[in-house]
Amino acid sequence: MEHFLLQLFIFLAAAAIAVPIAKKLGLGSVLGYLIAGIIIGPFGLSLIADIEEVMHFTEFGVVMMLFLVGLELKPSLLWQMRTPIVGMGGLQVALSSVLISGFSLLYLPWQQAVAVGIILSLSSTAIVLQTLREKGLMNTSPGRSIFSVLLFQDLAVIPMLAVLPLLATIAMLDDGHHGSIFFDISSLPGYLRILVTLLAISSIFLLGKFAGRPMFRTIAATRVREIFVAAALALVVGISLLMTAVGLSPALGTFLAGVVLADSEYRHELESDIEPFKGLLLGIFFISIGASLNFTLIGEEILLIAGLSIALIGLKWLVLVVTGFLFKMAKKERSLFAIALAQGGEFAFVLFQFSRTNGVLPAQTIEPLISAVAISMFLAPLLFLAHDKFIAGPHGAEDVQREADTIDHGEHRVILAGFGRLGTDLGRFLISAGIKPVILDHDAANVDILRKFGFEVYYGDITRLDLLEAAGADEAELLIVTIGDKDKASELVELVQKHYPHLKIAANAADRSAAYQLMDLGITVIRRETFGSALSLGQESLKLLGVDPYEAYRLKRIFRKKDEEMMPELYRMHREDEDQYISMYQKHNIDLEELMRLDQNADTEELDKAWTAKNPEM
Amino acid sequence: MRNPDYPMRKILIQFVHPARSRSKINNTLRAAVEGLDGVTINDLYATYPDFLIDVQREQQLCEEHDAIIFQHPLYWYSTPSIMKEWLDLVLEHGWAYGSQASLLKGKLFLQAITAGGDDSTYRKDGYNEFSLRELISPYRATAKLCNMVWLPPFAVLGIHRGLPEEEIKMHGEDYRRMVIGLRDGTLDIEQGRKEDYLNNDLHAIIRRP
Repeated sequence: MEHFLLQLFIFLAAAAIAVPIAKKLGLGSVLGYLIAGIIIGPFGLSLIADIEEVMHFTEFGVVMMLFLVGLELKPSLLWQMRTPIVGMGGLQVALSSVLISGFSLLYLPWQQAVAVGIILSLSSTAIVLQTLREKGLMNTSPGRSIFSVLLFQDLAVIPMLAVLPLLATIAMLDDGHHGSIFFDISSLPGYLRILVTLLAISSIFLLGKFAGRPMFRTIAATRVREIFVAAALALVVGISLLMTAVGLSPALGTFLAGVVLADSEYRHELESDIEPFKGLLLGIFFISIGASLNFTLIGEEILLIAGLSIALIGLKWLVLVVTGFLFKMAKKERSLFAIALAQGGEFAFVLFQFSRTNGVLPAQTIEPLISAVAISMFLAPLLFLAHDKFIAGPHGAEDVQREADTIDHGEHRVILAGFGRLGTDLGRFLISAGIKPVILDHDAANVDILRKFGFEVYYGDITRLDLLEAAGADEAELLIVTIGDKDKASELVELVQKHYPHLKIAANAADRSAAYQLMDLGITVIRRETFGSALSLGQESLKLLGVDPYEAYRLKRIFRKKDEEMMPELYRMHREDEDQYISMYQKHNIDLEELMRLDQNADTEELDKAWTAKNPEM
Repeated sequence: MRNPDYPMRKILIQFVHPARSRSKINNTLRAAVEGLDGVTINDLYATYPDFLIDVQREQQLCEEHDAIIFQHPLYWYSTPSIMKEWLDLVLEHGWAYGSQASLLKGKLFLQAITAGGDDSTYRKDGYNEFSLRELISPYRATAKLCNMVWLPPFAVLGIHRGLPEEEIKMHGEDYRRMVIGLRDGTLDIEQGRKEDYLNNDLHAIIRRP
């Protein structure tokens, strides 16, 4: 236990030190983790053991990441992307496999060459997606192309696992057992195996589609937050186990689950609950990659490994440029696309291991290749940096950003916090004006009903920072606060002012004192919830009493204007009185008195003069 | 112009006064024609206090009627502001004017105006220096552009010194006679167009039935 905690401490501390430094230097978090790994690894300070074990465990971070990616991809969007996924992805994997196999054929027998070719055609989902997200490029056109290829690669791992054993040429030890701990699917006859596989995939769909929502609703209703976290983790882990049992990629399974749940109101909540786990696991995974760089081997065979790394990146880059060209990408987009995917991937470690145990590749072939893949992964973030600096140019990122605006129509610019009595009508109004807000509400039942009517509403406690982040507070332009609880509203406003100072804020106040509380925080756009209705009702009442409709309307407008003008004065008096420590009840009476007095002083001349007999043209 | 045998013109009265309760004369005029067969009164300020004019509804009203009367006080030698808004919004290109527009063609256009100064002030040598007919020429041009038949205004002048009760009543009766005359086709449009004010001498232009 102590040992475990010590190891954990070393990993976490290394990350906590290296990542902020790397980010400060503009290197991105991935490079920070990798460097931390080298430093604490066997060739640095030698602080950690069992690197392979750690790497194997933390690979689960990739699974979680694909779940999160799935959550952001609605089925309709995925369907729209089918051409780039199959077309670009297929072309990239096929061309890379052929080219790398052909190159390997110069040194290796054909079976081994083919194995090396297909394994090295894969890129690093973990590094590339993490970097794209950090740079905010996920929703740009090159970002989508890159993601499509990565998705295809993840799918391609499955047939690769099936094909690799057929390429075996080496007599092997019988430890090729890779079935599950529950039951060994390979013991079943072929048709049953297919049936079980199909059953597993369809159960994910059915689970996500029908069981997911009621389950999360029940859990959400308990309002015990960690239970929601537990359920979310159980979902991801459970699906991984199921997929492993039927011999499919766990990453693929959780990705599917994510896509199925992308339409659900619990999307943001799931996202913010899984995110930290994914982040930590991936971080440690990157550290272990850094730590696994075998510098003894690299030192001994420096020329071979350097050559392999350069050849790997060069060949893949060439294929990607050709692919980008065939799919008519713009020049800048193509260069990012090619740079982004030119490295080897973490699946290569898994597949090389698999090839060795299945007698496809000998250890002496694999060792330098693994080093080359690790080096290429290490170079990947550096290549991104180089691309930013030299190719994209100073305005490059901006260009990509602008492009994104036209591509993604779904980008929300408004976050609507609270969808109760007031929020509902406000939301309807905004939608009618062509603005689709991200709506957040903490009443699960409420959320459920509203979604049935086609509102985009998400469940969650809006005063949680991670939920704000998941709702896109970074890119949003405006936050509208309509939550009734005034202390909660203040809490939210303070949180947003601290972390998202760019966000404009418009707020609803239940009453005058709630408005004062918001004014304390410097909010200027405040509407009192009942004020508008009171005046509208007043206007209608005047009409019923025979006042001209237009005059009733004007009276209302004038009154409102005067009231708004009085507000700062009342606020000042209110705060002055406060210093005198009077009771809440007294305070209310004093406020009311001041209000009435100001009303009496109000200049009513404006009303009297309009349209009167004094007007000579009447 | 119009075939005298034609059974009836439908009359639309656009009532334009922001504070109806403060205008005795406009109320009297309005009351004189309220409830008449074939006459619709549409109170613009009451219907659209927030100036959000329902263009479709207004256009349909115009289409359903054969004469449009704007009844309003003269404010700053012009109309109350909502009438300008009405003209701006309702008279759309392609509906009211333009080569394809024919929906207002041949309909009568008339203003019933109440003004403070009396007739002597609306002369070249008078206090206001322009005649009422000159002052409302933008509306005449508007009617022409819409292919409508423009008529001189029904004018009640000199109200700012306060009109005696009987005179107000008389104006109400005249208004009613004029509206009925327009409705039934007994008012001679050609003769009327020659007058300064349509109500100069109603006896002369309205044929006895």
